[in-house]
Amino acid sequence: MAIKTIQAPLPGTFYRSSAPDKPPFKTEGDKVAAGDTIGLIEVMKTFSPVVAEEAGTLVAFHVDNEDAVMAGQPLYDLDEG
Amino acid sequence: MTIRRIFVANRGEIAVRIIRAARELGIGTVQAYSAADRDMLAVRLADTAVPVGPAHAKKSYLNKDAMLKAAIEHGCDAVHPGYGFLSENADFAGMVEDAGLVFIGPKAETIRAMGDKATARIMAARAGVPTVPGSEGRIEDPGEALRIAESIGYPVMIKASAGGGGRGIRVAASPADLDRLIPQASAEALAAFGDGGLYLERFVPRARHVEVQILGDGENVIHAYERECSLQRHRQKVWEEAPAACLSPAVREELCASAVRLAKSVSYRGAGTLEYLYDADRGDFFFIEMNTRIQVEHPVSEMITGIDLVREMIRVAGGEKLSLSQDQVRLGGHAIEVRINAEDPAMGFRPAPGTISALSVPGGMGVRFDTMLYQGYSVPPFYDSLLGKLIVWDTDRPAALRRLARALDELKVEGVPTTAALHRALAGDPQIQAGDVHTRWLEGWLETNPLTPEQGSPLPLTA
Repeated sequence: MAIKTIQAPLPGTFYRSSAPDKPPFKTEGDKVAAGDTIGLIEVMKTFSPVVAEEAGTLVAFHVDNEDAVMAGQPLYDLDEG
Repeated sequence: MTIRRIFVANRGEIAVRIIRAARELGIGTVQAYSAADRDMLAVRLADTAVPVGPAHAKKSYLNKDAMLKAAIEHGCDAVHPGYGFLSENADFAGMVEDAGLVFIGPKAETIRAMGDKATARIMAARAGVPTVPGSEGRIEDPGEALRIAESIGYPVMIKASAGGGGRGIRVAASPADLDRLIPQASAEALAAFGDGGLYLERFVPRARHVEVQILGDGENVIHAYERECSLQRHRQKVWEEAPAACLSPAVREELCASAVRLAKSVSYRGAGTLEYLYDADRGDFFFIEMNTRIQVEHPVSEMITGIDLVREMIRVAGGEKLSLSQDQVRLGGHAIEVRINAEDPAMGFRPAPGTISALSVPGGMGVRFDTMLYQGYSVPPFYDSLLGKLIVWDTDRPAALRRLARALDELKVEGVPTTAALHRALAGDPQIQAGDVHTRWLEGWLETNPLTPEQGSPLPLTA
Protein backbone atom coordinates (compact mmCIF):
# COMPACT_ATOMS: atom_id res chain seq x y z
CA MET A 1 0.00 0.00 0.00
CA ALA A 2 1.47 3.25 -1.14
CA ILE A 3 0.10 6.56 0.01
CA LYS A 4 0.77 9.45 -2.30
CA THR A 5 0.27 13.09 -1.38
CA ILE A 6 -1.22 15.14 -4.20
CA GLN A 7 -0.34 18.83 -4.29
CA ALA A 8 -2.48 21.79 -5.28
CA PRO A 9 -1.77 22.58 -8.94
CA LEU A 10 -2.74 26.26 -8.55
CA PRO A 11 -2.92 28.87 -5.81
CA GLY A 12 -6.39 29.98 -4.78
CA THR A 13 -9.43 28.94 -2.78
CA PHE A 14 -10.20 25.23 -2.62
CA TYR A 15 -13.80 24.01 -2.87
CA ARG A 16 -14.87 20.43 -2.32
CA SER A 17 -18.22 20.76 -4.07
CA SER A 18 -19.54 22.49 -7.21
CA ALA A 19 -21.81 24.80 -5.17
CA PRO A 20 -22.42 25.43 -1.46
CA ASP A 21 -25.64 23.38 -1.52
CA LYS A 22 -24.16 20.49 -3.52
CA PRO A 23 -22.56 17.33 -2.06
CA PRO A 24 -18.76 17.13 -2.15
CA PHE A 25 -17.17 15.66 -5.28
CA LYS A 26 -15.27 13.15 -3.12
CA THR A 27 -15.12 12.30 0.54
CA GLU A 28 -12.60 10.32 2.56
CA GLY A 29 -12.72 6.63 1.65
CA ASP A 30 -14.10 7.20 -1.87
CA LYS A 31 -12.67 5.41 -4.88
CA VAL A 32 -11.02 7.77 -7.36
CA ALA A 33 -10.55 7.06 -11.08
CA ALA A 34 -8.09 8.95 -13.25
CA GLY A 35 -9.94 11.97 -14.63
CA ASP A 36 -12.31 12.31 -11.66
CA THR A 37 -12.89 15.80 -10.29
CA ILE A 38 -11.64 16.09 -6.72
CA GLY A 39 -12.50 19.74 -6.15
CA LEU A 40 -12.31 23.22 -7.59
CA ILE A 41 -9.71 25.93 -7.12
CA GLU A 42 -10.86 29.49 -7.56
CA VAL A 43 -8.15 31.78 -8.87
CA MET A 44 -9.21 35.40 -9.23
CA LYS A 45 -12.88 34.55 -9.72
CA THR A 46 -12.10 31.81 -12.26
CA PHE A 47 -12.79 28.20 -11.28
CA SER A 48 -10.48 25.38 -12.36
CA PRO A 49 -11.24 21.73 -11.62
CA VAL A 50 -8.69 19.68 -9.72
CA VAL A 51 -8.61 16.42 -11.69
CA ALA A 52 -7.14 13.13 -10.43
CA GLU A 53 -4.23 11.95 -12.56
CA GLU A 54 -4.30 8.42 -11.21
CA ALA A 55 -6.70 5.95 -9.62
CA GLY A 56 -6.85 4.95 -5.97
CA THR A 57 -8.71 5.57 -2.76
CA LEU A 58 -8.93 9.04 -1.28
CA VAL A 59 -7.54 8.72 2.23
CA ALA A 60 -7.63 12.25 3.61
CA PHE A 61 -7.80 15.91 2.67
CA HIS A 62 -5.09 18.25 3.94
CA VAL A 63 -7.26 21.34 3.54
CA ASP A 64 -10.84 22.16 4.40
CA ASN A 65 -13.54 23.37 2.05
CA GLU A 66 -12.98 27.10 1.19
CA ASP A 67 -9.43 27.07 2.55
CA ALA A 68 -6.78 29.18 0.89
CA VAL A 69 -4.13 27.04 -0.82
CA MET A 70 -0.81 27.83 -2.45
CA ALA A 71 0.48 25.95 -5.51
CA GLY A 72 2.40 22.88 -4.35
CA GLN A 73 0.67 22.71 -0.97
CA PRO A 74 -0.46 19.17 0.02
CA LEU A 75 -4.11 18.81 -1.03
CA TYR A 76 -5.09 15.18 -0.44
CA ASP A 77 -3.65 11.71 0.15
CA LEU A 78 -4.35 8.95 -2.32
CA ASP A 79 -3.90 5.22 -1.56
CA GLU A 80 -2.72 3.74 -4.82
CA GLY A 81 -2.84 0.16 -3.49
CA MET B 1 -20.43 65.86 11.68
CA THR B 2 -16.81 66.28 10.78
CA ILE B 3 -15.11 63.03 9.79
CA ARG B 4 -11.82 62.47 11.62
CA ARG B 5 -10.93 58.86 10.87
CA ILE B 6 -12.07 56.67 7.98
CA PHE B 7 -12.19 52.90 8.06
CA VAL B 8 -11.25 51.66 4.57
CA ALA B 9 -13.42 48.59 4.04
CA ASN B 10 -11.83 47.45 0.78
CA ARG B 11 -8.52 46.49 -0.77
CA GLY B 12 -6.38 46.97 -3.87
CA GLU B 13 -6.12 50.16 -5.85
CA ILE B 14 -9.37 51.69 -4.60
CA ALA B 15 -8.15 51.44 -0.99
CA VAL B 16 -5.04 53.36 -2.02
CA ARG B 17 -7.21 55.93 -3.80
CA ILE B 18 -9.34 56.46 -0.67
CA ILE B 19 -6.33 56.78 1.64
CA ARG B 20 -4.81 59.43 -0.63
CA ALA B 21 -8.03 61.46 -0.69
CA ALA B 22 -8.42 61.19 3.09
CA ARG B 23 -4.85 62.30 3.74
CA GLU B 24 -5.30 65.36 1.55
CA LEU B 25 -8.38 66.23 3.62
CA GLY B 26 -6.44 65.81 6.88
CA ILE B 27 -8.48 62.73 7.80
CA GLY B 28 -6.89 59.65 9.41
CA THR B 29 -7.24 56.16 7.91
CA VAL B 30 -7.56 52.63 9.27
CA GLN B 31 -7.11 49.99 6.58
CA ALA B 32 -8.88 46.61 6.80
CA TYR B 33 -6.89 43.65 5.51
CA SER B 34 -7.40 39.92 5.13
CA ALA B 35 -4.78 37.29 5.99
CA ALA B 36 -3.73 37.33 2.32
CA ASP B 37 -3.32 41.11 2.17
CA ARG B 38 -0.83 41.90 4.94
CA ASP B 39 1.66 43.21 2.39
CA MET B 40 -0.68 45.24 0.22
CA LEU B 41 0.14 48.84 -0.65
CA ALA B 42 -2.88 50.27 1.22
CA VAL B 43 -1.66 48.64 4.47
CA ARG B 44 1.65 50.44 4.02
CA LEU B 45 0.05 53.80 3.26
CA ALA B 46 -2.69 53.90 5.90
CA ASP B 47 -2.10 55.36 9.38
CA THR B 48 -3.15 52.04 10.93
CA ALA B 49 -4.07 48.64 9.53
CA VAL B 50 -6.24 46.01 11.13
CA PRO B 51 -6.72 42.32 10.29
CA VAL B 52 -10.36 41.43 9.64
CA GLY B 53 -10.25 37.72 8.81
CA PRO B 54 -8.99 34.95 6.53
CA ALA B 55 -8.15 35.26 2.83
CA HIS B 56 -11.57 34.19 1.62
CA ALA B 57 -13.52 37.42 1.04
CA LYS B 58 -16.69 35.98 2.54
CA LYS B 59 -14.83 35.68 5.85
CA SER B 60 -13.06 39.05 5.70
CA TYR B 61 -14.03 41.84 3.26
CA LEU B 62 -17.62 40.58 3.07
CA ASN B 63 -17.95 39.92 6.79
CA LYS B 64 -20.19 42.80 7.85
CA ASP B 65 -19.85 42.19 11.61
CA ALA B 66 -16.07 41.88 11.52
CA MET B 67 -15.75 45.03 9.45
CA LEU B 68 -17.99 47.14 11.65
CA LYS B 69 -16.39 45.82 14.84
CA ALA B 70 -12.91 46.71 13.57
CA ALA B 71 -14.07 50.19 12.57
CA ILE B 72 -15.56 50.86 16.00
CA GLU B 73 -12.64 49.39 17.94
CA HIS B 74 -10.20 51.57 16.07
CA GLY B 75 -12.08 54.78 16.75
CA CYS B 76 -13.28 55.38 13.21
CA ASP B 77 -16.24 57.68 12.67
CA ALA B 78 -16.79 56.80 9.01
CA VAL B 79 -16.55 53.78 6.69
CA HIS B 80 -15.60 53.96 3.02
CA PRO B 81 -16.69 50.80 1.20
CA GLY B 82 -14.93 51.46 -2.16
CA TYR B 83 -16.46 49.41 -4.99
CA GLY B 84 -17.45 45.74 -4.97
CA PHE B 85 -17.58 43.85 -1.63
CA LEU B 86 -19.95 45.73 0.72
CA SER B 87 -20.22 48.94 -1.30
CA GLU B 88 -23.82 48.36 -2.38
CA ASN B 89 -24.90 46.29 0.60
CA ALA B 90 -27.85 48.15 2.13
CA ASP B 91 -27.74 46.03 5.30
CA PHE B 92 -24.12 46.97 5.92
CA ALA B 93 -24.81 50.66 5.27
CA GLY B 94 -27.68 50.42 7.75
CA MET B 95 -25.49 48.71 10.36
CA VAL B 96 -22.86 51.43 10.01
CA GLU B 97 -25.48 54.17 10.41
CA ASP B 98 -27.12 52.42 13.37
CA ALA B 99 -23.73 52.23 15.11
CA GLY B 100 -23.49 56.02 14.79
CA LEU B 101 -20.80 55.99 12.10
CA VAL B 102 -21.00 57.64 8.69
CA PHE B 103 -21.36 55.39 5.66
CA ILE B 104 -19.51 57.17 2.85
CA GLY B 105 -22.17 56.64 0.22
CA PRO B 106 -25.93 57.03 0.01
CA LYS B 107 -28.45 56.14 2.70
CA ALA B 108 -29.24 52.45 3.18
CA GLU B 109 -32.75 52.90 1.80
CA THR B 110 -31.39 54.53 -1.38
CA ILE B 111 -29.02 51.59 -1.92
CA ARG B 112 -31.89 49.17 -1.35
CA ALA B 113 -34.29 50.93 -3.71
CA MET B 114 -31.81 51.40 -6.55
CA GLY B 115 -30.22 47.96 -6.04
CA ASP B 116 -33.37 46.27 -7.27
CA LYS B 117 -33.27 46.89 -11.00
CA ALA B 118 -37.00 46.55 -11.43
CA THR B 119 -37.63 49.18 -8.71
CA ALA B 120 -34.94 51.41 -10.23
CA ARG B 121 -36.75 51.29 -13.57
CA ILE B 122 -39.97 52.43 -11.93
CA MET B 123 -38.15 55.28 -10.15
CA ALA B 124 -36.61 56.31 -13.49
CA ALA B 125 -39.95 56.30 -15.26
CA ARG B 126 -41.39 58.50 -12.48
CA ALA B 127 -38.54 60.98 -12.92
CA GLY B 128 -39.27 61.12 -16.65
CA VAL B 129 -36.09 59.24 -17.58
CA PRO B 130 -36.48 56.99 -20.62
CA THR B 131 -36.10 53.29 -19.93
CA VAL B 132 -35.72 50.47 -22.41
CA PRO B 133 -39.20 49.42 -23.53
CA GLY B 134 -40.02 46.38 -21.42
CA SER B 135 -41.98 44.99 -18.51
CA GLU B 136 -43.21 47.22 -15.69
CA GLY B 137 -41.20 45.63 -12.90
CA ARG B 138 -41.01 41.88 -12.47
CA ILE B 139 -42.83 39.47 -14.74
CA GLU B 140 -45.15 37.25 -12.77
CA ASP B 141 -45.70 34.36 -15.19
CA PRO B 142 -44.66 33.15 -18.67
CA GLY B 143 -48.02 34.21 -20.17
CA GLU B 144 -47.42 37.79 -19.11
CA ALA B 145 -43.89 37.63 -20.55
CA LEU B 146 -45.26 36.50 -23.93
CA ARG B 147 -47.81 39.35 -24.01
CA ILE B 148 -45.16 41.95 -23.11
CA ALA B 149 -42.65 40.59 -25.64
CA GLU B 150 -45.35 40.78 -28.31
CA SER B 151 -45.97 44.46 -27.53
CA ILE B 152 -42.31 45.57 -27.40
CA GLY B 153 -41.19 43.36 -30.30
CA TYR B 154 -38.54 40.63 -30.60
CA PRO B 155 -35.70 40.14 -29.88
CA VAL B 156 -36.17 40.70 -26.15
CA MET B 157 -33.69 40.46 -23.31
CA ILE B 158 -34.59 38.46 -20.18
CA LYS B 159 -32.78 39.90 -17.17
CA ALA B 160 -32.51 39.06 -13.47
CA SER B 161 -34.02 41.69 -11.15
CA ALA B 162 -31.18 41.20 -8.68
CA GLY B 163 -28.58 40.72 -11.41
CA GLY B 164 -25.08 41.94 -12.07
CA GLY B 165 -21.93 40.94 -13.88
CA GLY B 166 -23.86 39.65 -16.86
CA ARG B 167 -25.38 36.68 -15.07
CA GLY B 168 -29.03 35.75 -15.45
CA ILE B 169 -29.31 37.34 -18.93
CA ARG B 170 -30.79 35.68 -22.04
CA VAL B 171 -31.83 36.99 -25.47
CA ALA B 172 -35.01 35.52 -26.96
CA ALA B 173 -35.76 35.95 -30.68
CA SER B 174 -39.17 34.25 -30.69
CA PRO B 175 -42.01 33.15 -28.38
CA ALA B 176 -40.55 29.61 -28.44
CA ASP B 177 -37.17 30.98 -27.29
CA LEU B 178 -38.87 32.90 -24.53
CA ASP B 179 -40.70 29.82 -23.27
CA ARG B 180 -37.48 27.87 -23.19
CA LEU B 181 -35.18 30.57 -21.74
CA ILE B 182 -37.33 32.00 -18.93
CA PRO B 183 -36.95 28.95 -16.64
CA GLN B 184 -33.18 28.86 -17.35
CA ALA B 185 -32.66 32.53 -16.56
CA SER B 186 -34.78 32.27 -13.43
CA ALA B 187 -32.85 29.23 -12.15
CA GLU B 188 -29.53 30.95 -12.85
CA ALA B 189 -30.68 34.12 -11.08
CA LEU B 190 -31.88 32.12 -8.10
CA ALA B 191 -28.55 30.29 -7.85
CA ALA B 192 -26.43 33.41 -8.29
CA PHE B 193 -28.42 36.01 -6.34
CA GLY B 194 -30.89 34.05 -4.21
CA ASP B 195 -33.72 35.70 -6.15
CA GLY B 196 -35.25 34.25 -9.30
CA GLY B 197 -37.14 37.43 -10.26
CA LEU B 198 -36.94 38.46 -13.92
CA TYR B 199 -37.87 41.38 -16.14
CA LEU B 200 -37.96 41.93 -19.89
CA GLU B 201 -36.40 44.58 -22.11
CA ARG B 202 -36.17 45.30 -25.81
CA PHE B 203 -32.84 44.03 -27.15
CA VAL B 204 -30.84 46.72 -28.95
CA PRO B 205 -28.24 45.31 -31.34
CA ARG B 206 -24.96 47.26 -31.56
CA ALA B 207 -25.82 49.01 -28.31
CA ARG B 208 -23.28 51.34 -26.72
CA HIS B 209 -22.84 51.62 -22.98
CA VAL B 210 -22.85 55.20 -21.71
CA GLU B 211 -23.13 56.24 -18.08
CA VAL B 212 -23.44 59.53 -16.24
CA GLN B 213 -21.37 60.37 -13.17
CA ILE B 214 -23.39 62.25 -10.60
CA LEU B 215 -22.63 63.72 -7.20
CA GLY B 216 -25.21 64.65 -4.58
CA ASP B 217 -25.25 66.06 -1.08
CA GLY B 218 -28.73 64.79 -0.23
CA GLU B 219 -30.33 67.90 -1.63
CA ASN B 220 -28.47 69.21 -4.63
CA VAL B 221 -27.21 66.98 -7.42
CA ILE B 222 -24.72 67.76 -10.18
CA HIS B 223 -23.29 65.66 -12.98
CA ALA B 224 -19.69 65.32 -14.09
CA TYR B 225 -20.67 64.39 -17.65
CA GLU B 226 -20.70 60.88 -19.05
CA ARG B 227 -18.39 57.98 -19.85
CA GLU B 228 -18.51 55.42 -22.61
CA CYS B 229 -17.70 51.85 -21.54
CA SER B 230 -18.65 49.83 -24.62
CA LEU B 231 -15.45 47.81 -24.73
CA GLN B 232 -16.35 44.80 -22.63
CA ARG B 233 -15.40 41.17 -22.40
CA HIS B 234 -18.02 38.84 -20.91
CA ARG B 235 -19.88 42.04 -19.91
CA GLN B 236 -16.89 43.19 -17.86
CA LYS B 237 -15.55 46.60 -18.81
CA VAL B 238 -11.94 46.70 -19.97
CA TRP B 239 -11.57 50.24 -21.39
CA GLU B 240 -13.48 53.44 -20.56
CA GLU B 241 -13.54 56.93 -22.03
CA ALA B 242 -14.93 60.33 -21.15
CA PRO B 243 -16.77 62.03 -22.68
CA ALA B 244 -18.65 59.57 -24.92
CA ALA B 245 -17.53 60.46 -28.43
CA CYS B 246 -20.72 58.97 -29.90
CA LEU B 247 -22.99 61.64 -28.39
CA SER B 248 -23.92 64.97 -29.95
CA PRO B 249 -23.80 67.98 -27.60
CA ALA B 250 -27.61 68.10 -27.59
CA VAL B 251 -27.99 64.42 -26.66
CA ARG B 252 -25.26 64.84 -24.03
CA GLU B 253 -27.13 67.69 -22.35
CA GLU B 254 -30.38 65.75 -22.39
CA LEU B 255 -28.74 62.56 -21.06
CA CYS B 256 -26.91 64.29 -18.21
CA ALA B 257 -29.98 66.32 -17.25
CA SER B 258 -32.04 63.11 -17.04
CA ALA B 259 -29.47 61.54 -14.69
CA VAL B 260 -29.56 64.58 -12.41
CA ARG B 261 -33.38 64.46 -12.35
CA LEU B 262 -33.41 60.82 -11.27
CA ALA B 263 -30.68 61.25 -8.63
CA LYS B 264 -32.45 64.32 -7.29
CA SER B 265 -35.76 62.46 -7.06
CA VAL B 266 -34.14 60.04 -4.58
CA SER B 267 -32.29 62.82 -2.66
CA TYR B 268 -29.02 61.18 -3.58
CA ARG B 269 -25.96 61.64 -1.39
CA GLY B 270 -22.46 60.70 -2.55
CA ALA B 271 -21.01 59.65 -5.88
CA GLY B 272 -23.18 57.55 -8.13
CA THR B 273 -23.53 56.41 -11.70
CA LEU B 274 -26.57 56.03 -13.92
CA GLU B 275 -26.00 53.50 -16.65
CA TYR B 276 -27.67 53.86 -20.02
CA LEU B 277 -27.84 51.93 -23.20
CA TYR B 278 -27.36 54.15 -26.24
CA ASP B 279 -28.83 53.20 -29.58
CA ALA B 280 -26.50 55.09 -31.90
CA ASP B 281 -28.52 54.16 -34.98
CA ARG B 282 -31.62 55.89 -33.63
CA GLY B 283 -29.99 58.41 -31.26
CA ASP B 284 -32.06 57.08 -28.33
CA PHE B 285 -30.80 56.50 -24.81
CA PHE B 286 -32.43 54.31 -22.18
CA PHE B 287 -31.72 54.11 -18.44
CA ILE B 288 -30.67 50.60 -17.35
CA GLU B 289 -29.54 50.78 -13.73
CA MET B 290 -27.91 52.90 -11.07
CA ASN B 291 -24.69 52.11 -9.23
CA THR B 292 -24.80 53.66 -5.77
CA ARG B 293 -21.03 53.79 -5.26
CA ILE B 294 -17.77 55.09 -6.67
CA GLN B 295 -16.85 53.08 -9.77
CA VAL B 296 -13.61 51.62 -11.10
CA GLU B 297 -13.71 54.02 -14.06
CA HIS B 298 -14.32 57.23 -12.06
CA PRO B 299 -10.87 58.70 -12.93
CA VAL B 300 -11.80 59.50 -16.53
CA SER B 301 -14.55 61.78 -15.24
CA GLU B 302 -12.09 63.36 -12.82
CA MET B 303 -9.67 64.01 -15.67
CA ILE B 304 -12.19 65.80 -17.92
CA THR B 305 -13.75 67.92 -15.15
CA GLY B 306 -10.95 68.39 -12.60
CA ILE B 307 -13.27 67.24 -9.79
CA ASP B 308 -11.82 64.90 -7.16
CA LEU B 309 -14.84 62.61 -6.87
CA VAL B 310 -13.57 60.61 -3.88
CA ARG B 311 -12.74 63.75 -1.94
CA GLU B 312 -16.16 65.15 -2.75
CA MET B 313 -17.99 61.99 -1.63
CA ILE B 314 -16.15 62.07 1.69
CA ARG B 315 -17.02 65.75 2.19
CA VAL B 316 -20.73 65.33 1.52
CA ALA B 317 -20.87 62.22 3.73
CA GLY B 318 -19.53 64.44 6.51
CA GLY B 319 -22.52 66.74 6.04
CA GLU B 320 -21.01 69.42 3.83
CA LYS B 321 -22.75 70.82 0.77
CA LEU B 322 -21.37 70.12 -2.71
CA SER B 323 -18.34 72.34 -3.21
CA LEU B 324 -19.42 73.40 -6.69
CA SER B 325 -22.55 74.03 -8.70
CA GLN B 326 -23.38 72.67 -12.14
CA ASP B 327 -22.32 75.82 -13.96
CA GLN B 328 -18.86 75.46 -12.41
CA VAL B 329 -18.40 71.97 -13.91
CA ARG B 330 -16.43 72.35 -17.13
CA LEU B 331 -15.90 69.60 -19.66
CA GLY B 332 -12.41 69.72 -21.14
CA GLY B 333 -10.44 67.36 -23.37
CA HIS B 334 -10.72 63.61 -23.55
CA ALA B 335 -9.68 60.86 -21.10
CA ILE B 336 -9.21 57.11 -21.54
CA GLU B 337 -8.77 54.48 -18.84
CA VAL B 338 -7.55 50.94 -19.51
CA ARG B 339 -7.69 48.22 -16.89
CA ILE B 340 -4.39 46.45 -16.34
CA ASN B 341 -5.33 42.96 -15.14
CA ALA B 342 -3.17 40.03 -14.09
CA GLU B 343 -4.48 37.91 -16.94
CA ASP B 344 -2.82 36.43 -19.99
CA PRO B 345 -4.64 37.71 -23.09
CA ALA B 346 -2.79 35.16 -25.22
CA MET B 347 -4.12 32.29 -23.09
CA GLY B 348 -7.84 33.03 -23.02
CA PHE B 349 -7.36 35.69 -20.32
CA ARG B 350 -6.31 33.09 -17.79
CA PRO B 351 -5.83 34.83 -14.44
CA ALA B 352 -2.25 34.75 -13.23
CA PRO B 353 -1.31 35.78 -9.72
CA GLY B 354 2.39 36.02 -8.92
CA THR B 355 5.19 38.24 -7.70
CA ILE B 356 5.97 41.54 -9.40
CA SER B 357 9.67 41.21 -10.18
CA ALA B 358 10.02 44.59 -11.85
CA LEU B 359 7.79 47.60 -12.35
CA SER B 360 8.21 50.70 -14.46
CA VAL B 361 5.34 53.18 -14.30
CA PRO B 362 4.60 55.57 -17.16
CA GLY B 363 4.57 59.28 -16.50
CA GLY B 364 4.60 62.60 -18.23
CA MET B 365 1.86 65.10 -18.94
CA GLY B 366 -1.69 63.81 -18.81
CA VAL B 367 -0.78 60.35 -17.51
CA ARG B 368 -2.06 58.82 -14.28
CA PHE B 369 -1.56 55.29 -12.96
CA ASP B 370 -3.85 54.24 -10.10
CA THR B 371 -2.43 50.98 -8.83
CA MET B 372 -1.89 48.55 -5.98
CA LEU B 373 1.49 47.43 -7.30
CA TYR B 374 5.02 47.86 -6.10
CA GLN B 375 8.14 45.91 -6.96
CA GLY B 376 8.29 42.71 -4.92
CA TYR B 377 4.56 42.62 -4.21
CA SER B 378 2.92 39.20 -4.51
CA VAL B 379 -0.47 39.48 -6.19
CA PRO B 380 -2.71 37.09 -4.24
CA PRO B 381 -4.96 34.62 -6.09
CA PHE B 382 -8.02 35.23 -3.92
CA TYR B 383 -9.48 38.41 -5.37
CA ASP B 384 -10.13 39.97 -8.76
CA SER B 385 -7.30 40.41 -11.22
CA LEU B 386 -7.24 44.23 -11.43
CA LEU B 387 -3.68 45.43 -10.81
CA GLY B 388 -4.11 49.02 -11.78
CA LYS B 389 -5.66 51.51 -14.14
CA LEU B 390 -3.75 53.54 -16.67
CA ILE B 391 -5.56 56.81 -17.32
CA VAL B 392 -4.53 59.36 -19.92
CA TRP B 393 -5.88 62.79 -20.73
CA ASP B 394 -5.30 64.99 -23.75
CA THR B 395 -7.01 67.84 -25.54
CA ASP B 396 -8.97 65.60 -27.91
CA ARG B 397 -9.61 61.91 -28.54
CA PRO B 398 -6.98 61.28 -31.27
CA ALA B 399 -4.33 62.92 -29.07
CA ALA B 400 -5.49 60.88 -26.05
CA LEU B 401 -5.18 57.66 -28.07
CA ARG B 402 -1.62 58.56 -29.07
CA ARG B 403 -0.77 59.40 -25.48
CA LEU B 404 -2.28 56.07 -24.36
CA ALA B 405 -0.10 54.17 -26.84
CA ARG B 406 2.97 56.06 -25.61
CA ALA B 407 2.16 55.41 -21.95
CA LEU B 408 1.53 51.71 -22.60
CA ASP B 409 4.92 51.49 -24.31
CA GLU B 410 6.48 52.85 -21.11
CA LEU B 411 4.58 50.54 -18.75
CA LYS B 412 6.58 47.48 -17.70
CA VAL B 413 5.09 44.95 -15.32
CA GLU B 414 7.26 41.87 -14.96
CA GLY B 415 6.56 38.65 -13.08
CA VAL B 416 2.94 38.23 -14.14
CA PRO B 417 1.28 38.48 -17.55
CA THR B 418 -0.99 41.50 -17.94
CA THR B 419 -3.61 42.81 -20.33
CA ALA B 420 -1.39 45.77 -21.30
CA ALA B 421 -0.61 44.18 -24.68
CA LEU B 422 -4.31 43.92 -25.48
CA HIS B 423 -4.72 47.64 -24.86
CA ARG B 424 -1.65 48.47 -26.94
CA ALA B 425 -3.19 46.54 -29.85
CA LEU B 426 -6.58 48.21 -29.33
CA ALA B 427 -5.04 51.70 -29.23
CA GLY B 428 -3.70 51.08 -32.73
CA ASP B 429 -6.89 49.60 -34.15
CA PRO B 430 -8.59 51.64 -36.92
CA GLN B 431 -12.12 50.87 -35.68
CA ILE B 432 -11.26 52.00 -32.15
CA GLN B 433 -9.68 55.11 -33.61
CA ALA B 434 -12.88 55.74 -35.56
CA GLY B 435 -14.91 55.16 -32.38
CA ASP B 436 -16.99 52.58 -34.22
CA VAL B 437 -17.67 50.04 -31.46
CA HIS B 438 -20.51 48.55 -29.43
CA THR B 439 -20.82 46.36 -26.35
CA ARG B 440 -20.27 43.07 -28.24
CA TRP B 441 -17.53 44.45 -30.50
CA LEU B 442 -14.51 43.42 -28.42
CA GLU B 443 -15.45 39.75 -28.26
CA GLY B 444 -15.69 39.60 -32.05
CA TRP B 445 -12.42 41.50 -32.42
CA LEU B 446 -10.63 39.06 -30.10
CA GLU B 447 -11.71 36.15 -32.28
CA THR B 448 -10.17 37.66 -35.40
CA ASN B 449 -7.19 39.31 -33.66
CA PRO B 450 -5.74 36.73 -31.29
CA LEU B 451 -2.82 37.96 -29.24
CA THR B 452 0.43 36.06 -29.48
CA PRO B 453 2.24 34.70 -26.43
CA GLU B 454 5.00 37.24 -27.13
CA GLN B 455 2.44 40.03 -26.68
CA GLY B 456 0.71 38.54 -23.68
CA SER B 457 3.48 37.12 -21.54
CA PRO B 458 5.98 39.07 -19.51
CA LEU B 459 9.51 39.23 -20.80
CA PRO B 460 12.00 37.32 -18.71
CA LEU B 461 14.15 39.56 -16.56
CA THR B 462 17.63 40.01 -17.94
CA ALA B 463 20.54 40.60 -15.63
